[in-house]
Amino acid sequence: MVEPFHYAFMQRAFVAALAVGILCSTMGTYVILRKLSFIGDGIAHASFAGIVIAYLRGANFYIGAGIVAVLTAIGIGFVHRRGQISLDTTIGVLFTGMFALGVFLMSQQRSYAIDLQSFLFGDILAVQPQDLWLILGLSIIVGLAVVVLFRGLLYTTFDPIVAQASGIAAPAYEYMLLVMLALTIVVSLQAVGIVLVAALLVTPAAAAYQLTSRFPPMMALAALFGAASTVGGLYLSYYVRASSGATIVLLATLLFFASIALKRLRRAIAPAA
Amino acid sequence: MVARDLVVRYEDFTALVGATLTVHYGEALGIVGPNGSGKSTLLKTIAGLLAPSSGELRVLGARPRQLPPGTIAYVPQVEAVDWSFPATVWDVVAMGRFARLRFWQRFGLRDREVVRDALAIVNMSALANRHIAHLSGGQQQRAFVARALAQEPQLLLLDEPTTGVDAATEESLREIVRQLVGRGMPVLMATHDLDRVDEWFDRLLVLDRNVLALGTPREVVESGAYSAIREHTHTHGHLRHDHEPHEAHAAHPEIRR
Repeated sequence: MVEPFHYAFMQRAFVAALAVGILCSTMGTYVILRKLSFIGDGIAHASFAGIVIAYLRGANFYIGAGIVAVLTAIGIGFVHRRGQISLDTTIGVLFTGMFALGVFLMSQQRSYAIDLQSFLFGDILAVQPQDLWLILGLSIIVGLAVVVLFRGLLYTTFDPIVAQASGIAAPAYEYMLLVMLALTIVVSLQAVGIVLVAALLVTPAAAAYQLTSRFPPMMALAALFGAASTVGGLYLSYYVRASSGATIVLLATLLFFASIALKRLRRAIAPAA
Repeated sequence: MVARDLVVRYEDFTALVGATLTVHYGEALGIVGPNGSGKSTLLKTIAGLLAPSSGELRVLGARPRQLPPGTIAYVPQVEAVDWSFPATVWDVVAMGRFARLRFWQRFGLRDREVVRDALAIVNMSALANRHIAHLSGGQQQRAFVARALAQEPQLLLLDEPTTGVDAATEESLREIVRQLVGRGMPVLMATHDLDRVDEWFDRLLVLDRNVLALGTPREVVESGAYSAIREHTHTHGHLRHDHEPHEAHAAHPEIRR
């Protein structure tokens, strides 16, 4: 039972999984309620170009991915606010374009030194000590931002217009949230990869949404579901010898359907509540 | 509150052409006009949600965006939000306090008291713990009004609060407005409902992208501007969504910095 915990790389992986699980699903609460899941997917794909550029220049991939993700997030926010082109279209064009740029740059290299698979689906077992510090550091920064900006983010998520009329800087909150989302995605890339990070942003929070009727409990339950998915998925993947990223997302999906079933069950038992 | 030659444009559409008006303390001003006449645009501009392209706007002596947080309370039409949001009536009304709280300040006893009072004024105390998805249209509107009151504003803007609400809610809204006005609060309210305007408002503004008439309900009726509007709304009153693309609550794209 404790066998996986004997290896240092597994210990690091578990700590990273816990941080990523909590962080992604906490931010996922906003993603669900503000309907930003496509944006999350877009930022994740666009950051691939940053990863490749950082690799080619011999820089840390977190820095490359981070810069591109934050710039993409701000760009998306700008387009969203200006409303000249449809947001869907912008993200669709931007994220495929940036992703293609990454693949293009990578394919020019003689040797495929970057393992494409590991970025698409994640490789949490390869987390190095310095990666772990970065993951934990950024998680704490984003977590603190959630606490400090809590009321403003909540109000502007529910009713941005009235919040702004009352004197809350709704556009500033939107940009801050997008930057927090970009950092979350960058932190999660190594754990679950580009393709699956969107699932971790949406699924645990969507499961929590089924079972709660107020915002703070939804966020707390989402974090719990997220942590259970990442830590549990990693643990399971060790025994079933499967991709950790895929196992994590499958477990989250299972939790989502269990939540729907539980909600129906509760309704059947107490129809008035 | 003073507005002079106010012009508001969206892209190449001018929603408001040179509106000039003044609202005094302790006065309820009703804004009536046909669909797409700029009623919502005027309210949103006063709320600081839209920037005037030209003209002058002063609320309590300052531009709307330079006022201290919480000064202006804006009550939108209820379709403006997603009512499946995970929140109770209490949670929504409590948001009215948020603009007044700094990052480090806790939601304290006094905030709780104000929220409780606001719920009592709109007669929603019994529903405080109800999820907002389980409210009727009238209850949703009253929750919005309570949130505005919890803000302790100095100017209240209401956008067609009587649309789609029951007679009891309408009557209680009217009483609330009259009470606030009695305490000196200026209230601006856009309305489609032209019956009993004299019981709601001290003065009436007839708007059709510019000010057609402004005066007491009696003066406005006698001026004839009102009957033209009345005819207009009676023919088209039920088609507002087809006629008011710029008054609909599309939210974000409309809010320009």
